Amino acid sequence: MRRRNGFLAAGLVLTCVLAALILLGFFWTPYDPNAMAAGAKFDGPSLAHWMGTDSFGRDIFSRVLKGAGATASIALATLAIGAACGCLAGALTGYFGGPADEVLMRLNDALTAFPSILLALVVISILGPGKKGNVILALGLVFIPSFARVTRTAFASLRDVNYIKSARLMGASKARILAVHLLPNTLPVLLPALTIGFNNAVLAEASMSFLGIGVTPPDASLGYMLSEAQGMLFAAPWYAGGTGLAIVLMVFSVGLLGEGLRRRDKGVL
Amino acid sequence: MKTRKLLALLLLLGLLSAALCGCGGGSTGETAESKPTDGSTPGTEAPGDPQGAADHPNEITVGIAQDLDESLDPHKAVAAGTKEVMFNVFEGLMKPTPDGDLIPAVAEKYEISDDQLTYSFTIRDGIQFHNGDPVTGADVLWSIRRCMPGGEADIQAVEALSAIQEAEYKENTVTLTLDQPNTEFLSYLTLAILPQGYDGQDTAPVGTGPFQFVSRAAQDNIVLERFDDYWGEPAYLEKVTLKIIENADSILMSLQSGAVDLFAHLTSTQVQQLGDAFNIEEGTMNLVQAMYLNNAAAPFDDVRVRQALCYAVDRQQILDLAFDGYGSLIGSSMYPAFGKYFDDSLTNYYPHDAEKAKALLAEAGYPDGFSMTITVPSNYQPHIDTAQVIVEQLKEVGVTAEILPVTWESWLNDTYIGRQFQATVVGVDASTMTARALLERFTSTASNNFINYNSPLYDSLFVKATSSGGDEAQTAFYKEMEADLTKNAANVYIQDLADLVAVRKGLEGVRFYPIYVLDLAGVRYTA
Repeated sequence: MRRRNGFLAAGLVLTCVLAALILLGFFWTPYDPNAMAAGAKFDGPSLAHWMGTDSFGRDIFSRVLKGAGATASIALATLAIGAACGCLAGALTGYFGGPADEVLMRLNDALTAFPSILLALVVISILGPGKKGNVILALGLVFIPSFARVTRTAFASLRDVNYIKSARLMGASKARILAVHLLPNTLPVLLPALTIGFNNAVLAEASMSFLGIGVTPPDASLGYMLSEAQGMLFAAPWYAGGTGLAIVLMVFSVGLLGEGLRRRDKGVL
Repeated sequence: MKTRKLLALLLLLGLLSAALCGCGGGSTGETAESKPTDGSTPGTEAPGDPQGAADHPNEITVGIAQDLDESLDPHKAVAAGTKEVMFNVFEGLMKPTPDGDLIPAVAEKYEISDDQLTYSFTIRDGIQFHNGDPVTGADVLWSIRRCMPGGEADIQAVEALSAIQEAEYKENTVTLTLDQPNTEFLSYLTLAILPQGYDGQDTAPVGTGPFQFVSRAAQDNIVLERFDDYWGEPAYLEKVTLKIIENADSILMSLQSGAVDLFAHLTSTQVQQLGDAFNIEEGTMNLVQAMYLNNAAAPFDDVRVRQALCYAVDRQQILDLAFDGYGSLIGSSMYPAFGKYFDDSLTNYYPHDAEKAKALLAEAGYPDGFSMTITVPSNYQPHIDTAQVIVEQLKEVGVTAEILPVTWESWLNDTYIGRQFQATVVGVDASTMTARALLERFTSTASNNFINYNSPLYDSLFVKATSSGGDEAQTAFYKEMEADLTKNAANVYIQDLADLVAVRKGLEGVRFYPIYVLDLAGVRYTA
């Protein structure tokens, strides 16, 4: 019998709770997250407002729920683009090798050489700011290289193992080898990469919105809220606190999940 | 081992979110630690300590938000922030007053001929530059000629000076002859008078103002000292250090730690966090803040829709929510600091009335409202905050507004010059102290009429205003123009933003002007 994997269990529970809260935030929040109230500016945390209110008298907890939803959906969409393109490129170059591999991987290196936020900034400035789709596209592009690299290494290392050779001898098509024989065996490497990627995407979205090029006001996103909170650090410390806590929790829970998955697959407990 | 790694990761995350919260453009965390703030004894070591009034040196440190232009030559200055503080060092023949009038400065008196074409200025007796040289007619003429269009490339030419046909001086009298009368000509003669033949103006400027330039450390500070041979009432302070604090987060820190005694243009949120060690002086920014509407683009080509928006927006609520109640409401393209041109009866022409707004929208064919985009330059937080409140208020009447933040450059190119927008929240200022500077832009042919306002009545009033000789008649026409803007709901006029200045307790004498300057000559210790 296997020993309990505490990381996986804790990660699963925490992630599920947070996911449920975020889902709830799409349909219901205690207050309208954008409703302003002149009488309730800078109220501290209380039973009525769990995380207090901001400079417009908006309920911070409601905004954190909505904002976490925006941040998480951008992160997931980013991840989808980055992982899909990265894995495809990595799988093909890793399995087939040759000149295409060299060219693509050097291109990959060139992309990696840019600081990721800078690259995203360049893409945003070309596509134009203020659109959620553009943020996702920009961040997705930034995330391609890391997935391509990880996938390529995994596929290249498995390319010549015996069961793949056998499959090839049995006349399996290349697509079948890639999808059925190789892909499942690279999952132990890919899954942690995905959870780490999700965390990076959350932080990247937060940084982008913090710099004012992500989600546009009055809509909430965790990064934008954090940048708003910084100007009121003395008047409303709970604003930065609540928002920061939400980011930390989100990243922490998925981090736990990733660590748990890694341990399970490696057999380390 | 793995647990420790994870713990480290967790710590790193906490640190990261803290760092993210402090990375507004500098090492704020460091500043916070090296300058501890102790609420119980605010600024005990500061030079401006009121208790030790007799001992403290007669000097203060003023914080400014940006470095000055590379050249300190006033004729080359571009940035408003440079002109703002160098106002203390330079003077023109004329000088603005806090009331919005012009008084003679380098000139002692002036005469205007009956045909309003010849201006003769008598240079003040015994007036001298900071380097000790007397001001001569040659200096004055040279300074004025230097600013005429078609001169050196890096000089900011003053277009209105091209009206000068002849300029000459005899002993201490300077005579200027114009090609046609211009009632606003004097306001252009506030340009700085500089010593002819002095070539250090870029780095060690010399003027005639109440303060003289001492030294400058780029991106750090500028030191000014009192000019003891000043012709007028001398400055109270012996020395003023202008300290450049570009990082918005450090402003509060440096005020509270006692490193800075005075800081202008603060936000109401910053002021709220300052505590008891400071008095807050409230002036105005001298801007017409409004939601400017593109009068040529549907649905705002219909006057009823524009009026509906005016009724739908609750301007007092904007002040309460986004500005803590600071600011003065306006109803047309004119702000109260302009005194005689300001018509207060227009301010409440459109009281907040959601029902009326809905009725007007229905009449105009939008019973269910419509969707619109508000373009806002993203580097101006007050305008973004205003837009956020407006979005909420418009929901009440069924109008769905969306905010589009753009960079300042793109706002200038696409919105202002290209006129590609529906609505935009910005502040428009006056370049000179005349009503014309605010109103001329809405004539139908003006090149900077970015809202495409088109009212034949307005155009004809403007012609009457500029061609009328008398000041009184002119003022009346300008007021009629303001009323025309209001009645046609050219824009949703909101407010003139408050200019909040934090002054350490024990200091007084900050004077506000209808133009963007920071006058330090009147600042003094109360004790």
